[in-house]
Amino acid sequence: MTRVFVPRDAAALALGADQVAAALAGHAAVTRTGSRGLFWLEPMIEVETPAGRIAYGPVAAHDVPGLLAAGLLDGAPHALRQGRPEELPFLASQTRFTFARCGIVDPLSLADYEAHGGLNGLRRALEIGPARTIEEVTKSGLRGRGGAGFPTGIKWKTTADAAGEQKYIVCNADEGDSGTYADRMLMEGDPFVLIEGMAITAIAVGASKGFVYTRSEYPHAIAALNAALAIARREGLLGADVLGSGHAFDIEQRAGAGAYVCGEETSLLESLEGKRGQVRAKPPLPAHRGLFGKPTVVNNLITLASVPFVLAEGAAAYHEIGYGRSRGTMPIQLAGNVKYAGLFEAGFGLTLGEIVQDIGGGTRSGRPVRAVQVGGPLGAYFPPALFDTPFDYEAFAAKDGLIGHGGVVVFDDTVDLAAQARFAMEFCSVESCGKCTPCRIGSVRGMEVIDRIMAGDRVDMHLDLLTDLCHTMKFGSLCALGGFIPYPVMSALTHFPEDFRAPQKVAAE
Amino acid sequence: MADYEPWNETRAADIIAAHAGQDGATIPILHAMQEAFGCVPTAAVPLIADALNFTRAEVHGIVSFYHDFRSHPPGRHVLKLCRAEACQALGAEALAAHVRNRLNVDWHGTTKGGGLTLEPVFCLGLCAIGPSALLDDKPLARLDPARIEAALEAAA
Repeated sequence: MTRVFVPRDAAALALGADQVAAALAGHAAVTRTGSRGLFWLEPMIEVETPAGRIAYGPVAAHDVPGLLAAGLLDGAPHALRQGRPEELPFLASQTRFTFARCGIVDPLSLADYEAHGGLNGLRRALEIGPARTIEEVTKSGLRGRGGAGFPTGIKWKTTADAAGEQKYIVCNADEGDSGTYADRMLMEGDPFVLIEGMAITAIAVGASKGFVYTRSEYPHAIAALNAALAIARREGLLGADVLGSGHAFDIEQRAGAGAYVCGEETSLLESLEGKRGQVRAKPPLPAHRGLFGKPTVVNNLITLASVPFVLAEGAAAYHEIGYGRSRGTMPIQLAGNVKYAGLFEAGFGLTLGEIVQDIGGGTRSGRPVRAVQVGGPLGAYFPPALFDTPFDYEAFAAKDGLIGHGGVVVFDDTVDLAAQARFAMEFCSVESCGKCTPCRIGSVRGMEVIDRIMAGDRVDMHLDLLTDLCHTMKFGSLCALGGFIPYPVMSALTHFPEDFRAPQKVAAE
Repeated sequence: MADYEPWNETRAADIIAAHAGQDGATIPILHAMQEAFGCVPTAAVPLIADALNFTRAEVHGIVSFYHDFRSHPPGRHVLKLCRAEACQALGAEALAAHVRNRLNVDWHGTTKGGGLTLEPVFCLGLCAIGPSALLDDKPLARLDPARIEAALEAAA
């Protein structure tokens, strides 16, 4: 029977992929995959033909009889036929290093993984040894993809050099930023790349145990990774003797429990230890005293999943792509009110305007873009006037913003930035761990002050007060939650001041 | 939709024993409790405290820190409606107002008759196809009032 690939990514499921797979059963050999990340075409199914795979989308279950009658299994013409997926402009213009296999392979077939270049990175790491592995990652210029952008090789070296028999690798898969879904897609679409990346890390720094801390809001990703971990143990990729190398390494997945702040690395460690997810003061760095007080590498999932490419293809291949000090690729996640919403992995340096207008195609609603929030709930709202900003850690910081985990949330001209600023404070008040006062109390007071501004109550005085409060939170908070909430608030105030004056205008008329 | 067990101390002790050997076992135990009983019953707190060498106050502090853990079982279905920015950009706030009004419940509330509990959630990773929700473990996307009502009716 002809092979047809149907995604099992949670987003594809939300759009009816299971029903499509059921309708195809008996007519084709259905293989479930991850998503290619073109969500306006999901569920996007692909038929294996002598001319390569041919994509159709978006396919609903009720389209299947018509598609079969039109010759779907031969890749025949149909209104939903998209052609060869790799030739679709959205995919053809990407540089897929980390997401090279996502949406293509069977996520739970280690043989498929190997057939598509998997395990080459780990084999090379075993061949060259820990010191040269760390050197390779350092030379690649890879930086932490969770948002902080800390050089990965330096973090690894610090942990490798720390004294201690027991060391840990912790993967931060607590992907809580709105507008981000890269971790989820990879866990569901290519979980072995994470396992391989963690194994390389473990052998490089001398760790025998790894944890993946996954948010509980991702039940499908949790199930997919657990299934992959079981296969990896059975096939000897994990366990007492990783690929026959003599190195012992195993991974355990732990589910979070709905606390956003547990995406902060020290809070995550507290949670893994079975405590309240309250932030720790640094130092000591987790690299010296991390999980259960032992030297620990805490890396974002995308950082760890980028490592196999670096080892397999070499540091230079990774480093030659990028912009300024931001080397390699970033999976940019287009979200919110955007026409072509999806995952776009590319070298750093595209401008925000290129991302939103050229790649994203503007808004889904068809109205003008008014604001773009980059980097999740702690990221700044940028107006189109800043669309010339290159996607790069330093360039965004220079404009009082951040790229975070790569989420780009687009809003049309119906957005009220005063309401968005209020939401930022509300979110912070709900999610604050409570350890430091600027975040715990400041967020509540911030919400109240914005309420008064929105009601037109002594606006100038309250705007000064809000600015002063943001300054206190930025410099007085213990972690990035309270420390970065001023970014969305102050960017809204700086770039969209008219939204904070609306009630007064109404009163004057 | 889950059928929860009534409180049973022996069952709770078994759950604790199954996880007590794990490093940092608290969160796995709390998840397992909630899976069995629909919540973390108050009666479980001293048992967990004894097993993990915490005080009762510490265990209460842990349980109440995390949004996931409930003190009472939810309705027959749980609807987690996304309130985060990417869904807001597509009208999530108006949708949430409609759902709350239609079901006559506020956030964290359960409908009369115990059919459904409404929870806010801040991001499900379905940000490209919002507004989104999770109905039990089923992801829902591109929601509007009609689509969400159809999903709720199909589940009821």
